Amino acid sequence: MLEPDALPEINPDTKAWWEATRQRHLLVQRCHTCGRCQHYPRYLCTRCGSTHLEFVPASGHGRVYSFTVVHRPPSPAFKAPYIVALVRLEEGPLLLTNIVDCPPGAVRCEMLVKVSWTKLADGRHLPVFKPTVAD
Amino acid sequence: MKPIAAIAGVAESDLGSTGKTTFQLHAQAILGALTDAGLELSDVDGLATTGVARFPVTQMAEYVGICPRWTDGTFAGGASYEIFAARAARAIAAGLCDVVVVSSGSNQRSARSRRLGGAVEPHMPDAQFEAPYGPLNPISLYAMAAQRHMYEFGTTAEQLAEVAVAARQWALLNPKAFHHDSGPISVDDVLASSTVSSPLHVLDCCLVTDGGGAIVMTSLERAASLKKPPVAVVGHGEATTNMGMAAIPDLTATGAKESSERAFEMAGLKAAEIDVVQLYDSFTITVLLTLEALGYCGRGESGQFVEGGRLGPSGDFPINTSGGGLSYCQPGMFGIFLLIEAVRQLRGEAGARQLPKHDTAVCHGTGGILSTHATVVLARA
Repeated sequence: MLEPDALPEINPDTKAWWEATRQRHLLVQRCHTCGRCQHYPRYLCTRCGSTHLEFVPASGHGRVYSFTVVHRPPSPAFKAPYIVALVRLEEGPLLLTNIVDCPPGAVRCEMLVKVSWTKLADGRHLPVFKPTVAD
Repeated sequence: MKPIAAIAGVAESDLGSTGKTTFQLHAQAILGALTDAGLELSDVDGLATTGVARFPVTQMAEYVGICPRWTDGTFAGGASYEIFAARAARAIAAGLCDVVVVSSGSNQRSARSRRLGGAVEPHMPDAQFEAPYGPLNPISLYAMAAQRHMYEFGTTAEQLAEVAVAARQWALLNPKAFHHDSGPISVDDVLASSTVSSPLHVLDCCLVTDGGGAIVMTSLERAASLKKPPVAVVGHGEATTNMGMAAIPDLTATGAKESSERAFEMAGLKAAEIDVVQLYDSFTITVLLTLEALGYCGRGESGQFVEGGRLGPSGDFPINTSGGGLSYCQPGMFGIFLLIEAVRQLRGEAGARQLPKHDTAVCHGTGGILSTHATVVLARA
């Protein structure tokens, strides 16, 4: 659902996270001090304030916390209707994402989903999610 | 109840599709509110506004030709004006300034400046982690809150629509409302309007209009000597919870709970003791969530609570008597208009939409994507 020519900026907080997407690896940032996982990556742990953070692989499994089917896209690059969702990863963090390989009428809250990938023009990938039950 | 300071004047600018600039709309509202109070620009030594420029309050002070000794330019979306009213009241009470103008407004309809995707700044986290997925901002976040509310509590699209139907009924009684002459709408009309971001339809979403509004604040003592009966600020509270969509702590329990608890406690009033209720209505779901957060019904009960036209002129829980952002006006940030309507109700100036009991009022502003929450409790002095 990314606009074909739009590439998200990368910054020192997020560089390692984006680089991992080149190999289709979904990372989350974990706090060495308190063990909490967070997303998006940043300088400090938002629970304990520690700056001792590391990236760890996420399982790629999660559940739909909520969703919306967008019928009027923000720009012509997005082909409506498409599903925007908040997915709760097994590791805890929420991600905004798209649900793909799922008819708009079939998405439900608490539906199990797993990560899938949309390729970006520069070789990075954008994590999206698809229903787990299909496998 | 302990008065902190008073609102002495209120006014709107032209509303709707005006052809005016944002600065003209502010200036028109400011002059109108000063006239309402019986004061002049030269009396003003405090100014609060936001969203009009990178130096919002500095630019506005220059435009209207004042050199204030107290300013606030906090940008917190639609909740900014409840925040300003609270801070201005405290500044006046502390003797930092005597007369504060809080102004708001935009020409977003005339300028066609509203974008469905919202304003994305490339250096912000949401530009990397949210915008690539094509959410409408703010609509899609409120849509997901509505969807989750439906999932958790069985709330229906019909119940959401009740909020829009009631707002339209109020607008029919407000000559200044965008939809004053548009006739009533039904629950079926809302459901038949096109879906923007499910489950929200066009008629679940607020208007996109031009408009400005301003309030004039001063001490209760000074206000008592002015033209209009003073309205006292007796309580206020705030809560800031999230910026991004994925940072929201809970889609169905908002910071309005903490914000309003702080305000009601300060005022020494319970929600049930308030006569005039003005709640931010960016979307129909915003009103349902806020009714629960302020304690007017239990968690998850707001859908049933609003059924049967309860929020409208003939209902037994009349709120948002101006017609709200859904049917009266919405220049992008509605917070000032909650205060203006509350003051008119408390003064008994609301004409055909006047509520019979009008000693106390609550205004609750909601900004961003359920991001900022600010509550002001008012009372007839």
